Amino acid sequence: MSASIDTITNMEGQAALPRDNGELIFAAPWEGRSLAMAVALVDHLGLEWEEFRQQLIASIAAEPERPYYESWTAALEALVVTQGLTDVDELTRRAEVVVPPA
Amino acid sequence: MSDDHDHRHGAGHQRSPMTDIERRVQALEELLIERGLVKPEVLDQIVETYANDVGPMNGAKVVARAWVDAGFKARLLAGGTAAIEELDLGGPEGRDIVVVENTPGVHNVVVCTLCSCYPWPVLGLPPTWYKSPPYRARMVREPRALLAEMGCEVPPQVEIAVWDSSAEQRYMVLPERPSDTNGKSEEELAALVTRDSMIGVARL
Repeated sequence: MSASIDTITNMEGQAALPRDNGELIFAAPWEGRSLAMAVALVDHLGLEWEEFRQQLIASIAAEPERPYYESWTAALEALVVTQGLTDVDELTRRAEVVVPPA
Repeated sequence: MSDDHDHRHGAGHQRSPMTDIERRVQALEELLIERGLVKPEVLDQIVETYANDVGPMNGAKVVARAWVDAGFKARLLAGGTAAIEELDLGGPEGRDIVVVENTPGVHNVVVCTLCSCYPWPVLGLPPTWYKSPPYRARMVREPRALLAEMGCEVPPQVEIAVWDSSAEQRYMVLPERPSDTNGKSEEELAALVTRDSMIGVARL
């Protein structure tokens, strides 16, 4: 894996993963999915973790009040778009029509 | 319906509406999977790795406390949510956790037949099989056979109670304390409690 778990869990400052009492916290299942997608995608594309981290920092800076994993998800969407895998329109359109897991 | 299985429905089983962010995350996941950029089982594995220390450990603490503290256990069974809050656990979706106790005569197991409601503040993120249609359908129809396939043999004299979770009511199983654990500390006991035992697909 191009990004080791240590690289990710040791991120500092605003990019640091939310923790409670030292343990990582996920406030809802989608947060875990979003985290996992970024880790898997960075690996699949052979990118450096640093590339996602910079995207994440920019995303947090853009809306500092936004919850951490919402910024994370926005960073992931931005990564997917800048990698030319889709565009914003497609993401928006698909998000409108998703159905809860059957 | 088989005679060894009592299907108890939670009240008002409805899906909770998806929030915008949930929609975006799911849309992204579907897209990445469709294009072969990520595999669902890899995502599960990553989630499990990262969620491990948050995951089922909260539930395990609840179970261990109930094993050593009869007063807590009584409160837990009377009102799971409030008792869990005593331990500073729980959370927005832990609001309505109902704890069902395994006894020598009854083995409890949890399913969500309609979607994938799950008491994740205490059990972490749900395993993929929990959300799979075969688990959801078969756990209601033939719990004993499905449990056996999952490696959980329930003795024939033990009744199986299947609890159908809903957005309003999420179930967690209180497993029986293993018999050879006298003198173990609460912390040592918590280490024995597995996620699967709190869903009811394993016995300790």
